Amino acid sequence: MTSSLATPADLTATRRDDGTMVVTLGGDWLLSGVLPSTDALIDQLRSGVSRLAFDTTALADWDTGALSFVLRLSGTARTASVPVDASGLPAGLQRLLVLAEAVPEKADAKSDEEDYGVVDWIGLTTLSAKASAGETLEFLGQSVIAVWRFIRGKARYRRSDLTLLLQQAGIEALGIVVLVAFLLGLILAFVSAIQLQQFGAAIYVADLVGIAMVRDMGALITAIVMAGRSGAAYAAQLGTMKVNEEIDALATMGIDPIEFLVLPRFVALVLMMPLLTLFADAVGILGGMLVGIGMLDLSFTAYAQQSIGAISVTHLLGGLFKGAVYGILIALAGCLRGMQSGRSAGAVGSAATSAVVTGVVWIIAAAGMFSFVFYLLGW
Amino acid sequence: MTSASNNGAPIISVENLTMSFGDFVLQRDLTFEVHAGDIFVVMGGSGCGKSTLMRHLVGLLEPAAGRILYGDRDFTAASTKDRDAMLRRFGVLYQGGALWSSMTLAENIGLPLGEFTDLSPETIREVAAVKLALVGLSGFEDYYPSDISGGMRKRAGLARAMALDPYILFIDEPSAGLDPISSRLLDELIVELRDSLNTTIVMVTHELPSIFAIGTNSIFLDAESRTMIASGPPTELRDHSDNPTVRRFLNRGAAHG
Ligand SMILES: Nc1ncnc2c1ncn2[C@@H]1O[C@H](COP(=O)(O)OP(=O)(O)OP(=O)(O)O)[C@@H](O)[C@H]1O
Ligand SMILES: [Mg+2]
Repeated sequence: MTSSLATPADLTATRRDDGTMVVTLGGDWLLSGVLPSTDALIDQLRSGVSRLAFDTTALADWDTGALSFVLRLSGTARTASVPVDASGLPAGLQRLLVLAEAVPEKADAKSDEEDYGVVDWIGLTTLSAKASAGETLEFLGQSVIAVWRFIRGKARYRRSDLTLLLQQAGIEALGIVVLVAFLLGLILAFVSAIQLQQFGAAIYVADLVGIAMVRDMGALITAIVMAGRSGAAYAAQLGTMKVNEEIDALATMGIDPIEFLVLPRFVALVLMMPLLTLFADAVGILGGMLVGIGMLDLSFTAYAQQSIGAISVTHLLGGLFKGAVYGILIALAGCLRGMQSGRSAGAVGSAATSAVVTGVVWIIAAAGMFSFVFYLLGW
Repeated sequence: MTSASNNGAPIISVENLTMSFGDFVLQRDLTFEVHAGDIFVVMGGSGCGKSTLMRHLVGLLEPAAGRILYGDRDFTAASTKDRDAMLRRFGVLYQGGALWSSMTLAENIGLPLGEFTDLSPETIREVAAVKLALVGLSGFEDYYPSDISGGMRKRAGLARAMALDPYILFIDEPSAGLDPISSRLLDELIVELRDSLNTTIVMVTHELPSIFAIGTNSIFLDAESRTMIASGPPTELRDHSDNPTVRRFLNRGAAHG
C-alpha cells in the first residue's frame, strides 16, 4: 500500500516464563506478498501455553493475510482453552477479529462429504441407485396416469406449449436429421459396395441400404440425434424451472407438473419421431443411391426398382413403430433427469448430460430387444 | 391499524412441527396458530428455516413430526386430491418470485385463472391487468420475467399469488430488493388485501418497519436452539420479550434494557 519496496513478512514466537506465548509479527503481511508458514506455531500453541499475546510493533502493512493468520491462531487457542490477549494487535485488526468471531461457526454446517473411501463410495452409490430406481418407477407411474388423462381429454397443459414443442421437435430438427441420415446412407453404401463388388453383386447395395435404413438405422440415427437435441433440452428446461422454484409454484397451485410439463414433451416426441424417421429413411436411401449411380454405375431406375422390391411394408411400419418407441424413451429420459435435477447451475448441467446418456442407453437397449423380437416373429 | 381479534377457531394450527433434512433437524416443536384476518409474521435470523417452514405449510415438504391443520382439516394426513383442493385456496409468493419464465406476466397470472375458473380469455387478461396494476406494474403485461428487475419480479409474483383471491396468502420476503417507497406501498397493499378480501396473510420478513407497521402476530425462530423462542404481536415482543435475542433482533441489534 505505502511503498513498492515491501519488507518480507516475518514471524517469531517467544515464550515467557509465566507461560505466555508472544507472537511477533513484522514486516508486510499482505496477501500479495509471501507469508511465512504457520503450522509449527500452531503446534507450539497446543503444548502447554497459558496465554496468547501479540507484538506487532514491527508490523508495517497488513491486510487479510494477517487477519486469517490471527484468526487461525485464536481459533486454535480457543479449542485448547488458551486465553487470547489481542491488545497487542493494531486497532483495525482487533476490530476485524471481533467481527469475524462474532457469529460462532455452525457446528454441523460444514459438509462432511470429503473423506469417503472406496467402500463408502460403493455403499453410497448403491443407496442412491436404489433411491433413483424408486423415483424412476414413481415418475413412470405418474407419466402413465398423465397420458391416460390426456387420452380422456382431461389433462391440464397449455396448447401453445404443445404447438411450440411440436415445432421444435419437428420442423426445426428436420435439417440435422436429414443431414445425418444422408451421410449414414452414403456410409452404408460404401461399406457394402466394396464387399459386394467382389462378387459382381453391386446391385444388392440397394437392398442392403434400403432394408437397413428402413428397418433399423433410420429410426436409430434419428433417435440418437433427437436424444442429443430434445432430450438434453428437456432436462435443462425442467432443471432450470426447478432451480427457479417454478415447478414448486405449479405444484402449490394444484397443477400437476407432470401433466403440465412432461406430457406435452412426451406427446411432441411421440408424434414427431415417426415423421422424422420417415424422412431419414428416404434420405438415407437417396445417399445410397448416390453411391450406386456415381461409383457402381447403376442406373437410377435399376437402383430405385431394386430398393422398392427389397423393402416391404412390414419393414417400413416396423421402423416407424420403433421410432415412436424411441421417442417415448427420449422424452422420458429427458424429463426424468430434469425433474430429478438438483437446485444449482451445475446440477442442471449434469441433468442434461445424464439425459443424453440415459436416453442413448435406453435406445440401444430397446434396439437390441426389437432385433431379437422381430427375428422371433420372422419380420 | 386494527389488531385482529384472536377469538374464534384458528384457520391454521401447527402442532409440534419438526422440520428436518435427513438427519439434520432444522427446527423442532413448532406450535402456533394463525387466526382469520391475521398478518402473521415469521421472523428469525438468516438460515434459521423460515422459507423451509413456508414450504412445509404449503405441502412442498413433509413434516418429520407433528402436523399442520387448516381449520379442522389435517393437511398433513390429507389425500393428494384434498390437498390440491386446499392448495387452490392459497396464494404463494416464493422468495425468488418463481414466475414461469416461458410465459409473459399476463400469462403467468392468467394461468391459474384459466385453469380454475370459467372466465373468458378477455376477462382473464383484464383481471391480470388489474392484479398487475395493484402491485404497480400496469403496462408490463407482455413482458417476460427475464425482462424485468428483481424487485419487479417479486411484485409480479405477488400479483400471481393474488390471482385467485386466495383465502390465505403466503409471502416470503415481499420487500427484499424493493426501495423504501415501493416497500411501503406493498405493506399498504397487504393490509388492503386483508381488509377488503379478508385474506389471511402469513409473511416471512426481516423488514422491521413492515413488521411493526402491519404485523398483528408473529413467531420468532431461533437458529441456535432450533425452535421458536417467542410468539406474540411484534411490538409487544420488541418492548416486553424476556428473551434477549428477540429484543436485540427487534431493536436492530441495539442492546435494549
Ligand atoms: N434442500 C435442502 N437440503 C438440505 N438443507 C437445506 C435444504 N434447503 C435448505 N436447507 C438448509 O436449511 C436452512 C434454512 O433454510 P431456509 O431457506 O429455510 O432459511 P431462511 O430462514 O429462509 O433464510 P433467509 O432469511 O436467508 O431466506 C439452511 O441452513 C439451509 O442450509
Ligand atoms: Mg428464506
